[in-house]
Amino acid sequence: MPHIASSKTQPIYDVIVVGSGAGGGQTAYTLTMEGAKVLMLEAGRNYDPVKETPMFQTSNQAPLRGASTPDKPFGFHDSTVDGGWQVPGEPYTNGSSDPARQFWWWRARMLGGRTNHWGRISLRNGPYDFKPHTRDGLGFDWPISYEDLAPYYDKTEMLVGVYGSNEGLENTPDSPAGCLLPPPKMRAGELLAQKRTKQLGIPVVPIHRAVLSVKQDADSLPAKIHPKNVRAQRILAQAMRERAACFWATDCGRGCATKANYQSTTVHLPPALATGNLDIVTDAMVRAVTVDERGKATGVSYIDRKTKEERTVKARVVVLAASSAESVRILLNSKSARFPNGLANSSGLVGKYIMDTVGARLGGQIPALENMPVHNEDGAGGNHVYVPWWLYKEQHAGKLGFARGYHIEFGSGRRMPGMGATGGIEGITGGNYGKQFKADARRYYGSFMGFAGRGEMIPNEDSFCELDPTVKDKWGIPVLRFHWKWSDHETRQAAHMQKTFVEIIESMGGKAGAPDATGAAAIEPGGKIIHEVGGTIMGADPKKSVTNQWCQTWDVKNLFVTDGGAFCSNADKNPTLTIMALAWRSSDYLLEEMRKGNL
Amino acid sequence: MDRRSAIKWMLSAAASVAIMDRAAIAAEGGATASVGYGTDPDLVKIYKPGDVWALTLTDGQRRAATALCDAIIPADDKSPAASKVGVPDFIDEWVSAPYPGHSGDKRTVVEGLAWLDAEAQKRFGNDFADLVLRQKNAICDDICSFAKAKPEFKKAAQFFRKFRDLTAGGFYSTPEGMKDIGYVGNVPTVNFDGPTPEALKHLGLA
Repeated sequence: MPHIASSKTQPIYDVIVVGSGAGGGQTAYTLTMEGAKVLMLEAGRNYDPVKETPMFQTSNQAPLRGASTPDKPFGFHDSTVDGGWQVPGEPYTNGSSDPARQFWWWRARMLGGRTNHWGRISLRNGPYDFKPHTRDGLGFDWPISYEDLAPYYDKTEMLVGVYGSNEGLENTPDSPAGCLLPPPKMRAGELLAQKRTKQLGIPVVPIHRAVLSVKQDADSLPAKIHPKNVRAQRILAQAMRERAACFWATDCGRGCATKANYQSTTVHLPPALATGNLDIVTDAMVRAVTVDERGKATGVSYIDRKTKEERTVKARVVVLAASSAESVRILLNSKSARFPNGLANSSGLVGKYIMDTVGARLGGQIPALENMPVHNEDGAGGNHVYVPWWLYKEQHAGKLGFARGYHIEFGSGRRMPGMGATGGIEGITGGNYGKQFKADARRYYGSFMGFAGRGEMIPNEDSFCELDPTVKDKWGIPVLRFHWKWSDHETRQAAHMQKTFVEIIESMGGKAGAPDATGAAAIEPGGKIIHEVGGTIMGADPKKSVTNQWCQTWDVKNLFVTDGGAFCSNADKNPTLTIMALAWRSSDYLLEEMRKGNL
Repeated sequence: MDRRSAIKWMLSAAASVAIMDRAAIAAEGGATASVGYGTDPDLVKIYKPGDVWALTLTDGQRRAATALCDAIIPADDKSPAASKVGVPDFIDEWVSAPYPGHSGDKRTVVEGLAWLDAEAQKRFGNDFADLVLRQKNAICDDICSFAKAKPEFKKAAQFFRKFRDLTAGGFYSTPEGMKDIGYVGNVPTVNFDGPTPEALKHLGLA
């Protein structure tokens, strides 16, 4: 991956983009394709998935059979570099010692950020999801509607490549023809779940994931994505031709050397670099946005992690896409006499209304899946199906006791055996050894299913982050202190998830693990699902929001935040696709304003 | 996660082992081990036990561990015994690892192996590794089920459960173990065809 040393930067750029993940990658892609000169700064090291991805390595070729450790929380072969809920030398703190009020902050220090390992689940927010306050009086409406973002969802799906189907379900938007790639066939356990949950009124449908189930149509898509830009079409067509279709093996969390799934490093950055308009400096830990005497952003200051030198770079526009919490941290650390509370913070809302996804899980064992005839169930390296939220009407009528929905992701199948290969069997057989144990292992392998709910959290006053008054990281930069609280809406939702999982497992003739009726024990800690958004929320009123509908800060017009920070609600739909669509829309606006001379 | 691949962990109830380990990591504040493989290891490289940190079991412990591995996973017509595919090396790697949780597993395993030899001496006047199959089975029968174990064998049954999880994890992650259990993936294919007709028939979905 070509990139430059920090000493080789240009005197001034059109735009500096801080961060190289979904938001930063999309922003840099859109801007450079339209001719803007962009400098991307990434806090982590350079990373090349083509050379560094362990594609077919088996767990017995890794230390500890690939089991998770503090060094590699998602297991040895997970693509994450220098990342996890703890990053050495880069702490954060929590305001409360109450275990129920902890926030877990995941970071990855690598080019492409967490897009290298993410689950690739790419769901559109629906019309309700942009107007939640109007619908139930809670939280905030977005200053945009589904229709405003729909064209950008279309373009993002075409660009990154998303498999899935159109089911015509409530608040679960269909994509126009030509946007989606065909969904993969369902696995045995997925088919069984689909058949048995019908009687419960629970829909099991193809999920949408950013994986190329077939090769992208490089002849027609570029003209749809960049209708008036022949050069961009040519560059994108070449980039699409370099991506292979999925070969139906290996876990997407490892990344993909053949570029068959979306990660910023294989999809956004190669064409952006091919324009000649992008410089990338890695190991650049941004401390603050610099401003001039009129309060306009002039660039950023950062620490070169290799030389430990503090450097500044200049641009006409600064875009933060460092992850929602990291962007908050940069803004709060950008203090000056003019902005004593940090930059873009006249509302006092920078760091407020942070949200994660509500998560709870339950496993079960399904006798119908025992002794399954041997066959390959690897599939697309992740989920093929899911259950979209199905109780909109009951919820809207006030029958559920919690205000927002969830979807269910579930895993089944004859996955590559690792450390958990026979776990849970003692619970069925009572425990044995020898030839009987080997026979049992064959019988029960692939008969366990895990169900995970992913639900909407409503923003609240008790969930926010701020600068810790004393703690600094190893670079001397003040760190974040988190405050967290789930409301009853979330814990009741988690309890409902648990009840539903039992119903699904029993409908399949299975036996569920022990559910939690209250939800308080089952709900995962804040940040654990790694869908943190908010902190620089968008709105229509400068007093009640940090950015406008274009992710442009109200206070500093040449400063934008295009990660998940602008989310003012966090629908159950996984945020990445919306981050990309929103970043694209904001970048189009940025370009237009720059052309008009307004920035 | 879901990672998410993040939902890797929930793909079977079996993954509860890993989840508990992660909870232990959190409880211990996520301190990174100074002598582990670090946060940026070479992922493409092929590793074997002992490559990153030293193996620490004594010869006597290895001998007992090898015998117990093979009592749990003996050779049959489908696959070799656990010791034939390097499982004792893996168990040594596991209990010697510098990460949180592994020192507790080492205590469980070392104490359990010592108990095993002492029990073998008490009953049959020999180390566990030197017993004949019938004698080994007599001891394993008493400790292979935590639920059914008599009070005096509960602690040994806890050890046995841990040791069986390690043995099975070590074994079924090898090519021989994968073939035995019926995992036939990790090969590139042009199409994903879903369940075979036989599998659909098995499910009553044909």
